[in-house]
Amino acid sequence: MINRVVKNVEEALKDIKDGNTLMVGGFGLCGIPENCIAELVKKGVKNLTCISNNAGVDDFGLGLLLQTKQIKKMISSYVGENDEFERQMLSGELEVELVPQGTLATRCMASGYGMPVIFTPAGVGTEVAIGKETRKFTFNGEEKEYLMEKAFEADFAIVKAWKGDTAGNLIYNSTARNFNPLMAMAGRITIAEVEELVPAGELDPDHIHTPGIYVHRIFQGQKYEKRIEQRTVRKK
Amino acid sequence: MLDKNGIAKRIAKEVKDGMFVNLGIGIPTLVANYIPEGVNVVLQSENGILGMGPFPFEGEEDADLINAGKQTITLLKGSSIFDSAMSFGMIRSQKVNLTILGAMEVSENGDIANWKIPGKMVKGMGGAMDLVASAKNIIVAMQQVNKAGQSKFLPKCELPLTGVRCVKKVVTELGVYEISPQGGFKLLERAPGISVEQIKNATAGKLIVEGDVPEMQI
Repeated sequence: MINRVVKNVEEALKDIKDGNTLMVGGFGLCGIPENCIAELVKKGVKNLTCISNNAGVDDFGLGLLLQTKQIKKMISSYVGENDEFERQMLSGELEVELVPQGTLATRCMASGYGMPVIFTPAGVGTEVAIGKETRKFTFNGEEKEYLMEKAFEADFAIVKAWKGDTAGNLIYNSTARNFNPLMAMAGRITIAEVEELVPAGELDPDHIHTPGIYVHRIFQGQKYEKRIEQRTVRKK
Repeated sequence: MLDKNGIAKRIAKEVKDGMFVNLGIGIPTLVANYIPEGVNVVLQSENGILGMGPFPFEGEEDADLINAGKQTITLLKGSSIFDSAMSFGMIRSQKVNLTILGAMEVSENGDIANWKIPGKMVKGMGGAMDLVASAKNIIVAMQQVNKAGQSKFLPKCELPLTGVRCVKKVVTELGVYEISPQGGFKLLERAPGISVEQIKNATAGKLIVEGDVPEMQI
């Protein structure tokens, strides 16, 4: 067994530098690597490019790194619900590349699968397609135009899992899975924080979502807040 | 004139037994409330769920279980969870049978715009571009006329597009329409109490009216 465990978040993020490209897992505030984001704020690394489906809210998630102006560029599919984000984007302080959500997910996946490009119909005929190659393919009995999109490359992928073992194997909980396993596969260095770190052998190999080969560093996370963005309930 | 719930109720009649359905944010979400008893459908949420259930009871919310609108939800029996790539995989490969989503504008050739107002609102397209590019069956739920009284049924969309030639059917406060393969909003049904004349005035693009158009039953 190769041991992937690092002592803490400081050690896990020790070599992240100004100007790095980071993939950050999560959907909204669900399944985000809370410990790593807090540590990035503390470290103060700047000019980051972040690939993440969303940009958090003003006072949580990646919103924290926007408040401190540590992010130079965001690559996301949906960035509503964040006033500071909107202000920085409209004033031109923040560079933003909006990517269809399925394209974003699949560009991460392609990277982990070793495929440099994907072809997708999403965005054909829209401003997303500007400057990109398109090709016609007949698939599923239908001829359609597809857009060529490149696999994402990132210096670091930062993900959050529910359980992980010392070999770096990860299991996610419920919809906190979302982009995490895709980004975990795609980082040049992948860092995983987990709610529960267990010895190798304790997780059923059949239940692993992300095999440890993709995870370079794993650590036991602390004090998860797990904030809910839209608490919706019904009466009993 | 139909209100939001009326539009949702009419769209619910398009949902057939055995369908896998993706509901967008806004009016489309309300459709789930009107699916008739005995019609078994599975709701897909693009953040990675098949078999989405209702909101949880107070005190039973789970931060790890949300829908694509980031609302806390529950799962029904037989549900499954998967990552975002697989979620759009089943959308792209057309395993998901029906997509219902909102729009800011629709054009007479079936183009749709719903993600950006340049200089004003830039929240992003989320999964909308993937959904409209792939779904075989797309129903749009929208207001046909904006607050300023202008039609959003246009010869050509003015806002940045989400997808081209993809909308099949539209349900608005005034009626039900099919996008004709030759171009044009073909009026299928009128909302209760709405005349063809009123619909003409609310349609800037090409309107197709053939014979007597029935009033919708909801």
